[in-house]
Amino acid sequence: MGGYSLSDLWSILVMQGFSGLSLFSVLLLMALGLAIIFGQMGVINMAHGEFMTIGAYTIYFFSKITEKYFPGLMPFYFVVAIIAAFSIAFLIGYLVEYVLIRHLYKRPLDTLLATWGLSLIMQQIFRSMFGAREVSATLPNWLMGSWKPTPDIDIPLNGLFVMAMSIVVTLVVVLFLYRSNWGLKVRATTQNRIMAGAVGINTRKIDRITFATGCGIAGIAGACFTTIASTGPTSGSLYIVDTFLVVVFGGSASLFGTVASAFTIAQAQSILTFFMTNAMGKVVTLLAIIIILMMRPEGLFTSKVRK
Amino acid sequence: MNSFYSKWLGGKHGAIELAILAAFIFVVMPLWLDIFRLNMVGKYLTYAFAAVGLVMVWGYGGILSLGQGVFFGIGGYCMAMFLKLEASDPVSTAHQTTPGIPDFMDWNQVTHLPLFWEPFHSLTFTLIAVVVAPLVMAYIIGAAMFKRRVGGVYFSIITQAIAAILTILVVGQQGMTGGINGITDLKTLHGWNINSDAAKYALYYVNGALLIGVIMLCKFVLSSKLGRLLLAMRDKEDRVRFSGYDVANFKIFTFCLGAVISAIGGAMFTLQVGFMSPSFVGIVPSIEMVIFAAIGGRMSLVGAVYGTLLVNYGKTVFSESFPSLWLFFMGAMFIVVVMFFPKGLSGLYDTYLKVWLGHLVTKFGKSGLPEKLNPIKTELQNGK
Repeated sequence: MGGYSLSDLWSILVMQGFSGLSLFSVLLLMALGLAIIFGQMGVINMAHGEFMTIGAYTIYFFSKITEKYFPGLMPFYFVVAIIAAFSIAFLIGYLVEYVLIRHLYKRPLDTLLATWGLSLIMQQIFRSMFGAREVSATLPNWLMGSWKPTPDIDIPLNGLFVMAMSIVVTLVVVLFLYRSNWGLKVRATTQNRIMAGAVGINTRKIDRITFATGCGIAGIAGACFTTIASTGPTSGSLYIVDTFLVVVFGGSASLFGTVASAFTIAQAQSILTFFMTNAMGKVVTLLAIIIILMMRPEGLFTSKVRK
Repeated sequence: MNSFYSKWLGGKHGAIELAILAAFIFVVMPLWLDIFRLNMVGKYLTYAFAAVGLVMVWGYGGILSLGQGVFFGIGGYCMAMFLKLEASDPVSTAHQTTPGIPDFMDWNQVTHLPLFWEPFHSLTFTLIAVVVAPLVMAYIIGAAMFKRRVGGVYFSIITQAIAAILTILVVGQQGMTGGINGITDLKTLHGWNINSDAAKYALYYVNGALLIGVIMLCKFVLSSKLGRLLLAMRDKEDRVRFSGYDVANFKIFTFCLGAVISAIGGAMFTLQVGFMSPSFVGIVPSIEMVIFAAIGGRMSLVGAVYGTLLVNYGKTVFSESFPSLWLFFMGAMFIVVVMFFPKGLSGLYDTYLKVWLGHLVTKFGKSGLPEKLNPIKTELQNGK
C-alpha cells in the first residue's frame, strides 16, 4: 500500500467501487430472472446463462445489420435490439417450459440435469451460428467514452448505462409483482400452490409465463452484458455459478434479498480483486458466501413460504 | 459363506451381474484391445468409481452432489504430488535454479517446497491421504449442510460452487499446484516405471479389482439395515426422522462413502494416465459424472460402470470423427435420460430384456416359475 497517497486511494476506491457496481448490475439482472423462476417453481434453470447469451447475440446481430444496411439509424438501434432481446429470450423460454420443464416439476433435481443438457445444446448452436470466437457489437456513440467528475476518476458511460438498466428493470419487476394482477397470481402461487389453484388461478399458465419472463429478463441482462464485454458461446455459463449463489445467498422468493446479495457479492469481489490476484479475490468471496450459507442455509432474507 | 453370498454379492442375481462385469473387465477387454486402448478403458473405469459413488449418494441417498469431481481431484492430486516428488529428485532436476523441487515450481520462481507438499514424500502417508483427505472434506461439508437440514437443489448448488472454487484455486496458485497444466511428467512409483506396458497392464488389473471390490462394499452397505434406511429416507425422510433416527448422520455417512470411492478412482486415474489437471475437478467433469450414473441407471451399481464406459466410448468416437456433434449428443442424452428413462440402462434391462429372458427360459422349460417372477421381485426390492 506504500506508494499510494490518500487521494489516490480515494480514486481507486471510487473506481473499484464503480466496477463493482457494473458487476452488480449484470449479476442482478441475471439473478432477478432466476430468482423469480426459482422462488415460484423451485426449478433450477441451468440454461439461464444461455438465455443471457441469446440476448447478447441478438444485440450483436442487430448491430451488424444496422451497420451494414441502415448506418443512419445507428444511434437508435440499441433500443429496438433490447426489446428484441427480451422478446426472443421470452419466446424461447416459453417454448422450453412447454416442451421440457412442465414435465419435470415433481423432480427438481432432474430439471437441473435436463436444463444442463439444454445449455450444452444451446452453446453448440451458438458456436455453429456465430463461430467459436468472441464477438462484440458495435455500440452507438452515446454509449462510448467516459464521465470524469475529477481528473483522477474515470467512469465509463457503458457502465452507467448498465446500472441504469438494472435499476429500471428491477423497478419494473417489483411494480409488476406487487401492483399487477399477474403479480398477485404469481405471489399467490409462490406462497401456496394448492390453495392458489383452489381459488381458480391457473397455476400452470402462471408458471409458463413466469418462466418465460425470467428468461426474457436474462435476455436483457445479455443485452447489457454486450456493452461491457465481448460475447462467446460460453459467456453465459461463466456467470451461472455466481448467479445461483446470488439467489441462494439472498434467500429464495425474496427480491430484496436478491438485490442485497448481488450488491454484497459484486462489491466484495471487485474490491478484493484489487488487493489480491483476480483468482484469489473470487475464491475468498465464494468461500465466504458458502461459509455464511452453511451457518444460515435459508439465506440473508426469507419471505414466508408454505412448502 | 452364505451371508457373504447374499450380503456382498447381492444373491444369485447380483453374483451373476458381478461375474459378467468381472469377465468383461478382466478377460474380454484385455483380449480385444491393444494396450493403448486398454489404458483408455482403464481411464474410463476410474471415472466409474465416481459414478458408483454417485449411485450411492444420489440414487440411494437422494442427494445430488454436483461436486463429485472435487473428491476425484483430491484423490488424484494426492497421488500426483507423491509421484511428482519422486520424479523430481535432486539428480534429475540438477539443471533447475533450485534442484529437488517439482519443475513447475521452479518455473514459477518458488524456491522451496511448500509445507503441505512435505509429507507426500512418503507413500504410506499418500495412500492414507487419498482416503482421509476427501473423508474429512466430505464430513465437513456434509455435517454443515445435513445437520441444518439443507438438501435438494441447495445442496447441489453449493457442491457445484465448491467445485468452482477448487478449480479457481488450483489454477490460480500455479506455483504450488501446477496451475492449468496440472501435475505432469510422472514417471515412477517407488522406482517402478508406471509408463511401461507391463505396468499399464498391472495397473489396469489393480484398478478393475478395486472397482469390483468397491461395488461389493456398496452392495454390503445396501444389504445392511443402513441400506434399507437410506431407501426409506429417500422416499419419506420425515417419517424416518419421526421414527427416531438421526437422518443427518446417515446422509453424512453416504456422502463420505461416495467421496472416498471417487477419491480412490482419482488416485488410480493419476497412476494410469500419468498426470492430473484441474480439468478433471471442476463443474463440467463433476456434472458429467452424474450423467454416467444416470445413463447406467441411478439405482444400479453395476449399471453405473456400463454407463460410464458407454458415454466415454461415445465421447471418444464422436470427438475423433464429429467433434461439433458431441455437445449436441451429450445435451440430448441428459434430456432424454431424464425425461424418458429416469432409470437408465438398468431400468431398460429390468423392464424389457429381463422379462424377455424370463419368457425364453419358461419356453424352454428349465426353471419356469421362479425366473419369471424375478422381474417382479426386483421391482419389489427397488421399492416400487
